[in-house]
Amino acid sequence: MQLLLQQVMAGLANGAIYALVALAVVMIYQAIDHLNFAQGEMATFSAYVAWQLIAWGTPYWLAFVAVVILSFIGGVAIERILFKPLHNASILANLVAFIALFSILNSGDGYLWDYTIKSFPSPFGTKPLLGSVLIDAHEAGMIGVTAVMVGLIYLFFRGTRLGLAMRAAAANPESARLVGIRVGWMTALGWGIAAAIGGVAGMLIAPVVFLDPNMMFGVLLYGFAGAVLGGLTSPGGAVLGGFAVGIIENLAGTFIPYFGRDLKLTIALLVIVAVLMVRPAGIFGRSVVSRV
Amino acid sequence: MMLETAGLEAFYGEQQALFGVGFDLDAGHVRTLLGANGAGKTTVLRALCGMVRTGGDIRFDGKSISGWATEDIVRLGVAHVPEGRGTFVRLTVEENLQLGAMTRRDHAAIATDIEQIYHHFPRLKERRTQQAGLLSGGEQQMLAVGRGLMLRPRLMLLDEPSFGLAPLVVEELFGILREVNRDTGVAMLIVEQNAALALELAEHAYLLETGRIVMDGPSEAIAADETVRRAYLGY
Repeated sequence: MQLLLQQVMAGLANGAIYALVALAVVMIYQAIDHLNFAQGEMATFSAYVAWQLIAWGTPYWLAFVAVVILSFIGGVAIERILFKPLHNASILANLVAFIALFSILNSGDGYLWDYTIKSFPSPFGTKPLLGSVLIDAHEAGMIGVTAVMVGLIYLFFRGTRLGLAMRAAAANPESARLVGIRVGWMTALGWGIAAAIGGVAGMLIAPVVFLDPNMMFGVLLYGFAGAVLGGLTSPGGAVLGGFAVGIIENLAGTFIPYFGRDLKLTIALLVIVAVLMVRPAGIFGRSVVSRV
Repeated sequence: MMLETAGLEAFYGEQQALFGVGFDLDAGHVRTLLGANGAGKTTVLRALCGMVRTGGDIRFDGKSISGWATEDIVRLGVAHVPEGRGTFVRLTVEENLQLGAMTRRDHAAIATDIEQIYHHFPRLKERRTQQAGLLSGGEQQMLAVGRGLMLRPRLMLLDEPSFGLAPLVVEELFGILREVNRDTGVAMLIVEQNAALALELAEHAYLLETGRIVMDGPSEAIAADETVRRAYLGY
């Protein structure tokens, strides 16, 4: 029983990261109808910038805030420079751009900070939380920070005019232009927010998996699985899907013989395939019907 | 003159849809574009809003706005109520109305204007928290007009406001449009297949055929014209 609870808690902690990545992926998917394959590499780059700032002696939380802001600016810049010109281009053209972005960031990490694995500090420490055997302080911190992030994003989209404008632009670009919304900038803003969310995910997971240029590869797959499970059209669903994938992954890795550590990543793919077969729109998503 | 076009052309890809359309509209006035299906009425409105590739000249307050982005034209105070209504179906009725005022900064006045819209269209108030996609066709048309009015526009472009509505609802809607024009002085350019209705509301009409204006004049004169009567008024 205790093992089960421990694994659920650990699953929630990992799931928090998957939830953030899934949310970031959905944010961009809503705006441009493409999956951002470079979301993980953007997050890794953000984590490296945080590592560098901390190595230069910046206090952790100052570095954290700085990286959130820099990631936001970076995300906006990527949209303006790389994806705005591809606005009406084919799916393949966009795919190639995502792969290019992936490679540039991945190699850039290695070039700037070399490929050796680095340890990354946790602001919460790794002691058991309040003497609990179920969860340690960093895991609790991951869940807590994710909850705060998701809450802030919810308030932004539900409670502000800018959030409303972004929802309108994603749902119906032509009508959004007709009420004077600058749809292109809303897309850029979506990229900025997604990059900032990913940056937080990168900084939170780095103490667990250690910092190296490929650290987000598996995380992104779990994030995709979470997004697909919850529904690519539903930000809230993607967050829940991320948490669910975290729990499924941990339980399967612990309790299903032969899965173990090594085959856990397969679970992400299994989830994706299963959802696409049974309910392609995801649990909370809606299927989009369009007239042609 | 608030709105003037000269030699207006419009293109869908290689296909030319308008051939040198010229007309004008002064502040506070209501004019209508009549014509059969496919004559280019909707295209004229889309051209005015920068939603299709155009040639020729469009002037608003004497300033050329040819080639401007849609959102910049809207910010001049041009509200386009599109055919098919352009509803944000997943958002609530009230959010749809708020979106209409997205370019405005006078937050207090926005709330009063929403109340004003609810006064015009009480049914929207009953459904303010519902998803707009669940409204009936007539209610969505009211919402589209309401969303346009939330801009506090100087010019309203109305594309087939009567389309798909029951006769009673149409009468109600046109009554409100008349009232709004009288009270706020907003200029209106109305595209309609229901020519009788449009001629009643507008003081001047243009007749469009295959992308060209073939006749224009005061509404009474147009309504009295033998060919128009046969082709568009049906008696």
